[in-house]
Amino acid sequence: MNLPELGPLWLSLQLAAAATAVLLVLGTPLAWWLSGTRSRLKPVIEAVTALPLVLPPTVLGFYLLLLMSPRSWLGGLWVEVTDTTLTFSFAGLLIASVVYSLPFMVQPLQAAFESLGRGPLEAAAALRASPLDAFLTVAAPLSLRGFLTAAVLTFAHTIGEFGVVLMVGGNIPGKTRVISIAIYEHVETLRYAEAHTLAAGLLLFAFVVLVFVYVFNRRLPVHVA
Amino acid sequence: MSPEPDAMGIAGPEGSGSAASPVLGARLEVDVQVAFEGFDLEVGQAIPATGVTAVFGPSGSGKTTLLRSLLGFETRSRGRIALNGDVWLDSEAGVAVPPHRRPVGCTFQDGRLFPHLDVEGNLGYADRRSAPAPGVAASITRDDVVDALDLGPLLDRRPGTLSGGERQRAALGRALLSRPRLLLLDEPLSALDRRRKAEIMPYLLALHSRFGIPTLYVSHAVDEVALLADRVLVLADGRVQAFGGTVEVLEQLDLAPLTERFQAAAVLEATVGAHDDEYRLTWLDLDGQRLSVPRIEHLAVGESARLLVRSRDVSLATERPSPTSIRNVLSGVLVSLQQDESTAFAEATVDLGSHRLRARITRASAAELGLTVGSPVFALLKSVSLDTRAGR
Repeated sequence: MNLPELGPLWLSLQLAAAATAVLLVLGTPLAWWLSGTRSRLKPVIEAVTALPLVLPPTVLGFYLLLLMSPRSWLGGLWVEVTDTTLTFSFAGLLIASVVYSLPFMVQPLQAAFESLGRGPLEAAAALRASPLDAFLTVAAPLSLRGFLTAAVLTFAHTIGEFGVVLMVGGNIPGKTRVISIAIYEHVETLRYAEAHTLAAGLLLFAFVVLVFVYVFNRRLPVHVA
Repeated sequence: MSPEPDAMGIAGPEGSGSAASPVLGARLEVDVQVAFEGFDLEVGQAIPATGVTAVFGPSGSGKTTLLRSLLGFETRSRGRIALNGDVWLDSEAGVAVPPHRRPVGCTFQDGRLFPHLDVEGNLGYADRRSAPAPGVAASITRDDVVDALDLGPLLDRRPGTLSGGERQRAALGRALLSRPRLLLLDEPLSALDRRRKAEIMPYLLALHSRFGIPTLYVSHAVDEVALLADRVLVLADGRVQAFGGTVEVLEQLDLAPLTERFQAAAVLEATVGAHDDEYRLTWLDLDGQRLSVPRIEHLAVGESARLLVRSRDVSLATERPSPTSIRNVLSGVLVSLQQDESTAFAEATVDLGSHRLRARITRASAAELGLTVGSPVFALLKSVSLDTRAGR
């Protein structure tokens, strides 16, 4: 049996981990704001957040490509600062993944925060906890399941992305060839054995992760008011 | 839209409120307006910040909205709130102190303990965030609270495993450990059944004398108010209907529509006359007449006891009844008889001298007895509730 390059698998894992980490940092405050706001902007922001769910990845990838090209403000700035282009780089892939997976982080978190209700936070405020303190010591621990679900969905979704990556990153071994693109490449070049190994490996990995999550989730206490 | 807060006006004439307040100037000034769709609250009242003040009224009267304004959760509140001169809200001046900077402790109807922490953790949460500050509450320690509320056996339990009464006790403890300058209790008994109520009442009664934190006690139950409060603020439809000492306010008959009928009651203040060890009774003097109740262990002769007599527990007779098992018969004068034509019942008020009793009798009995206002009657008391606080 021909063992395929494991580089693409490693790259996918790195990308997914990085995207999940970035989205935890960016998505948490956004979800928190959405869960509590009475602003008229809320439906607009919610719609923008949900766009990646409904847009074809090629559409998203196309606009991201334009945005990252050295001629756009973002791509140009990137070239000035780092002396490399954003397109066809790991950084570009990461930005694209963050945009693409945004709803998978924000929506479960928002749902978790909304299900808390105002009770626990008011109780915390009445005990002199500042809003940040109350978030860190009450809202976050009570939303542990939401965080787990959001992180796993984001991670898994990033591992599986194909269209956006292809548009923005292309297919550069060691730099942007992630596992889904490697499988596509193997199939295109009729190397089915390698494609099989990678595909089966990914299938097994996804299954094991999900089983782990469901087992872990069952053990987490449910806090129902 | 912009109300005109009359800061001097709501404070009331100096001295009129301070008779009940030994600490000069210790008071909670409330002059708030909150408008929602279909409901508005307008309360202007200076409340002495001592003892226990009941905020009493039927559901929907605005009690909880008032409480949330005091806590700072009601962002639509306009007007002014100040405790002992510290301004928490002054919408004219653009001041609205956020909830976590107001020195208020609070228990909620549903307890709201943190479910991810055990009781110890819940107490610690409050303890760590309330640095002892100068004032009465500063001296409260975790051990005091655990001891006063018997929380020892509950410390390592999660809120989900506690009974309703235990949860309220833990929530009370947590509120005390926030070392508040004002304690707000939002219907702490409403979610409990009779037995649990009886279980937690002694703790509530002891709370104020032990920790001395001025308390607002929100309730829609007359008996709780009668037993716990020094004074009462009556709310109905978002307006203050009455404010004053518990006994005077509860004696006012125009409150009758606010209390559910079966709740109507009178509050009497009696003096312990003697103890009877043989029959385990205590004799009480009331307007020159005597009452007997089961032995009150902790009150000495000469101390006063507050009694609550529900109108459904009072029967009337025109002659002193021949011996019955009812021990307490008081003579008085019928001063009013309100017949409710839509029901079988009439509500009678009997003047005992300096106290009034209320009796709920059927209209048929009123007719058969030939009861007329001004005539002498005998009131038969089937049951008397007793405020067991010491030193009142």
